[in-house]
Amino acid sequence: MFVIGERINGMFTDVKRAIQAQDPAPIQQLARDQVAAGANALDINVGPASADKLGAMQWLVEAAKQAVDVPLCIDSPNAEVMRVGLEAAEGHAIINSTTGEEERMEKALPLAAEYGCPVIGLTIDAEGVPRDADGRMEIALRLVVACMEQGISTTDLYIDPVILPVNALQQVPQEILNALQMCKALANPPPQTVLGLSNVSQGALHRDLINRVYLIMALANGLDAAIMDPLDTELMDAAITTEVLLNRNVYCDDFLKAYRK
Amino acid sequence: MPLTIPKERWTAEVQTATIGATKDEGGTRTSTVTIGGEQTLPFLHFEGETPNRPVIAMEVLDEIPTGWPEPLAQHYEDVWGDPAAWARKAVDEFGADLICLRLLSADPDGGDASADQCAETIQSVLEAVGVPLIIWGCGNDDKDNDIMPFCSQAGAGERCILGAATEDNYKTICASALADGHLIINQSPLDINIQKQVNILVTDMGMDLGDIIMYQITGSLGYGVEYAYSILERTRLAALDGDRMLQMPMLSIVGSEAWRVKEAWQPEEEAPEWGPLERRGIIWEIATATLFLHAATDILVMRHPEAVAYVRDHIDEMMSGQPI
Repeated sequence: MFVIGERINGMFTDVKRAIQAQDPAPIQQLARDQVAAGANALDINVGPASADKLGAMQWLVEAAKQAVDVPLCIDSPNAEVMRVGLEAAEGHAIINSTTGEEERMEKALPLAAEYGCPVIGLTIDAEGVPRDADGRMEIALRLVVACMEQGISTTDLYIDPVILPVNALQQVPQEILNALQMCKALANPPPQTVLGLSNVSQGALHRDLINRVYLIMALANGLDAAIMDPLDTELMDAAITTEVLLNRNVYCDDFLKAYRK
Repeated sequence: MPLTIPKERWTAEVQTATIGATKDEGGTRTSTVTIGGEQTLPFLHFEGETPNRPVIAMEVLDEIPTGWPEPLAQHYEDVWGDPAAWARKAVDEFGADLICLRLLSADPDGGDASADQCAETIQSVLEAVGVPLIIWGCGNDDKDNDIMPFCSQAGAGERCILGAATEDNYKTICASALADGHLIINQSPLDINIQKQVNILVTDMGMDLGDIIMYQITGSLGYGVEYAYSILERTRLAALDGDRMLQMPMLSIVGSEAWRVKEAWQPEEEAPEWGPLERRGIIWEIATATLFLHAATDILVMRHPEAVAYVRDHIDEMMSGQPI
């Protein structure tokens, strides 16, 4: 599984404070800790921390880049902020994200082609998030076709079928599992799949447990990547164990340690 | 219509390991051997790089072998009992890339040679040849733990390979390799899960991934070799798929396995339908070696000079990337 660490996000108080104080130390610590815990990439999201989104993104990317060598997942709906982030990351990045809306794709996909980096495509269009898996697949297919037109390999497209909170829309988690399977039939080679995992438990009481169980279910249905908290050891352990049980990693007695080496 | 050859996209490559150290590198070897670095399955040159060719280590015993069939024995009778002369013959006449020195005389149930005697043998072999050395204990854990620190010290700085660390016995040999700058063989039964576990234990001790060679105990042709092939192949597939704990180069023991099966030594009068005895063992060793070569082995440990010559030619052909 490709783990995208979610912790460098201006929504978190510690990150917000660091951005406002222009203090790179907490950001770099979070970057190092997440990579040490098994993150393969780090999400970078300015969030509500600063009015100067361009400046904050540039500062945040440069701070993280000095600490770790993994791709940075530039997380912004704004094309200008995205470009600044990609530029600062020198293309060692993932675009997070575009939706299936024409105007969003028209801005994001040329950036993916220009910087040669993977792109996350949310199954959202002008009408919002579809109700079921079929609706999500219609948008996913549009994303696949748009990528092909831009010369972007389908394996560089991460389809995010958009998980919603279980306490609000209890039928969605099952629809997402269906969608994860259906994504693999969209193209050959198929696009990858990703989830913003923590959304599933937004506002719920037992968040860690819900995240953990749902990640296992999603992996068993073919999930390739997740934006998640790698510092949640039990979550990571559950993911690693799932991959062993699915025969995606070779078992050994110290399989948890082996994954982290 | 043009044929499009499908290509697998691998995400990782095999570790590269260099065996032997020249004078400039703190040793006395006149040549070194670099293996590993493969980016694809064996010899699929259209799909990825195979930067280093597989190599052949020839076996030298530190005692006079017993029970070797004549077709094999005739090549070594003049040098056995003298490991230095044996090693020299293997390199000068038979073209061995490395020498695999097996310290069988240390076995308490056999010669029970002392650590000093073993160290002396190692010194003499190092002086006799310029190629890198594999130093392999007698297989008795307690005795190997007694002799290995001295054996390791005798070759300090030469970047030898010490064998073998196992799941139940790895600390002494590992500490010796670390102290004296050697590589190590991680041995397991034919079991990818145990192989991976040994690799974890040894890296926990501080061994670099580039200083580890994997060895899963395999048989020879006719004795479960298909299963061995599939396990070695699976090990390499895991490596190319990004499993860091299975990314080390692999070694296969071929000579001793091929020559101990009855097909290699049973007299013609007992099995006339098997054909001439003088060819059987050689063919058995060639077939076994070739098979492991194609299963992704990087170091073949062999015995018969004719089998070595044949397999070396085969490696040449396979590395050329030309149709054969």
